[in-house]
Amino acid sequence: MEKNKQKKFKILAEELRLMALQTVNYADSGHLGGSLSVIDILTDLYFNEMNIKTDNPRWEERDRLVLSKGHCTPALYSVLAKRGFFPVEELKNFRTISSFLSGHAEMNLVPGVDMSTGSLGQGLSAAVGMAIAGKIDQKDYTVYAILGDGEVQEGQVWEAAMAAANYQLDNLIVFIDNNNLQIDGELKEVMSPYPINDKFKAFGWEIRQIDGHNFEEIESAVLAAQGLQGKPVLILARTVKGKGVSFMENNAYWHGKVPDQEQFKKAVNEINQRIKLLGVE
Amino acid sequence: MVDRISTETAYGNALVRYGENREVVVLDADLACCNHTDLFKEKYPERFFNIGIAESNMVGIAAGIATTGKIVFAHSFAMFVAGRAFEQIRNSVAYPGLNVKIVGTHAGFSVEKDGATHQCLEDIGIMRTIPNMKIIYPADAIETEEAVKAMLIEQGPAYLRLERIPLNLINNRPDYRFKIGQGSIIANGNDLTILTNGLMIPAVLEVYEKLLKDNIKARIINMHTVKPIDKNIIIRSAQETGAVITVENHNIIGGLGSAVAEVLSENCAVPFKRIGVNDCFGKSGKFADLIKKYNLTAKEIIDQIKGVLAKKKR
Repeated sequence: MEKNKQKKFKILAEELRLMALQTVNYADSGHLGGSLSVIDILTDLYFNEMNIKTDNPRWEERDRLVLSKGHCTPALYSVLAKRGFFPVEELKNFRTISSFLSGHAEMNLVPGVDMSTGSLGQGLSAAVGMAIAGKIDQKDYTVYAILGDGEVQEGQVWEAAMAAANYQLDNLIVFIDNNNLQIDGELKEVMSPYPINDKFKAFGWEIRQIDGHNFEEIESAVLAAQGLQGKPVLILARTVKGKGVSFMENNAYWHGKVPDQEQFKKAVNEINQRIKLLGVE
Repeated sequence: MVDRISTETAYGNALVRYGENREVVVLDADLACCNHTDLFKEKYPERFFNIGIAESNMVGIAAGIATTGKIVFAHSFAMFVAGRAFEQIRNSVAYPGLNVKIVGTHAGFSVEKDGATHQCLEDIGIMRTIPNMKIIYPADAIETEEAVKAMLIEQGPAYLRLERIPLNLINNRPDYRFKIGQGSIIANGNDLTILTNGLMIPAVLEVYEKLLKDNIKARIINMHTVKPIDKNIIIRSAQETGAVITVENHNIIGGLGSAVAEVLSENCAVPFKRIGVNDCFGKSGKFADLIKKYNLTAKEIIDQIKGVLAKKKR
């Protein structure tokens, strides 16, 4: 990825971080920690990789994305709104009774969402189903899924991993947002799923390990995955929970907590500062 | 068509017949031989996927396939699909309203000697609490075929309950019509109403004959759809006959008896009795021995009916 493009994506992702923060601020509710760790991956996929039509969200030939960590809607909805699936204004109504923007991802309500998620462990199976359907119909769309790292503690993830390799789903590319934290603390303090890479490898997957906040690495991992035949690909992305807001980084406390107004202002200032610096670079 | 055939065997044949629809995809969880989905697999291998012994994953995969517009039939024993995969059915299928048909086989005592771990007496109760879910429970081969046809047309999630025990045809009559959500009257008496379904129908027909000898004419209704429940037929029959009994191969909690109790208590309370498995686990044994042990034979049903009729007279 050339320098200018990288810069463009860095700025875009910072803008989306601001939107995610504002969205949670409006609702006084929502999950910021994981949203901030996954937002660079979402930005690359929706703005750089996926073949989609914002004026026809159900287009049959489209690439699909299942955000299995379905609580990270502040990131997903910000990305979808910015991408043009629905008005950015609607983010103000996130998690309110009259809005279509509910707390967890909903395929029937939110244009651009391909699968309803929220109950952890279920998204990979749905993505496997979409990939199987693509094979049946001999369509060449790609199915992306993003899982949390704590989420792989769910047994269903491994059932789905087994099925994806068994059916040689090379139209399936899966990210794990490896921020190393879950609600109750560090993964290894709760229930270590490590080594995640070796486990997926043993299940028959191709593995890539990247920095999930580096656009060049995200892009090249996806490019390599798209070219691979006969196997599903796991991209294990090392990320930072709360990335981009100093007091939220690497702190499980911010999984689902809402910043107060002072903290909100501080977070906004930090991000604006970085956007300014990126602009003059 | 052979006369004695289980709804499961009939289902396997129906799936092949209507499976020529290219939108149909069939999933099984290592029970293709028992569920008779192997017939579909043989004919349409490109649209059959064995997911292995992983029912939760099977339901999730079904949901994913259905997002692309296909009609997915996902199978296992009732115990393992309605039981184990409840939350996947609830969140991945029913909540997004996807076109997935969950097929639970070997239901209740029909799995006989496998015993309590496999005898699912709770599936209707579990499925009934899920919004968007329809529950269809056919009584013979003819009705099974009609159910498959209807499920193909009707968009959205449905649960089909099947049993392993061969049954005589009861719907081989010219006026038979199947419609999801409409109870089907098998015998039209006015002294009491017996609402039943599935493989308890033969016992109930025996009850009907025995009651006739005592000059009691029962109205027998096959409730092949438990959800949406046919309120009209329940209320009308309660009003016209003054007493209602339910008989089912299911726990009396949560199943047909509960569904009927809900309708009666809110609309038309009459003397009423739920007959089924009385909130306990089963055990290994032949079906005939099981219904003896759990008080579901014609004789015992009649004893209960007499009690209800006595209340009606008061």
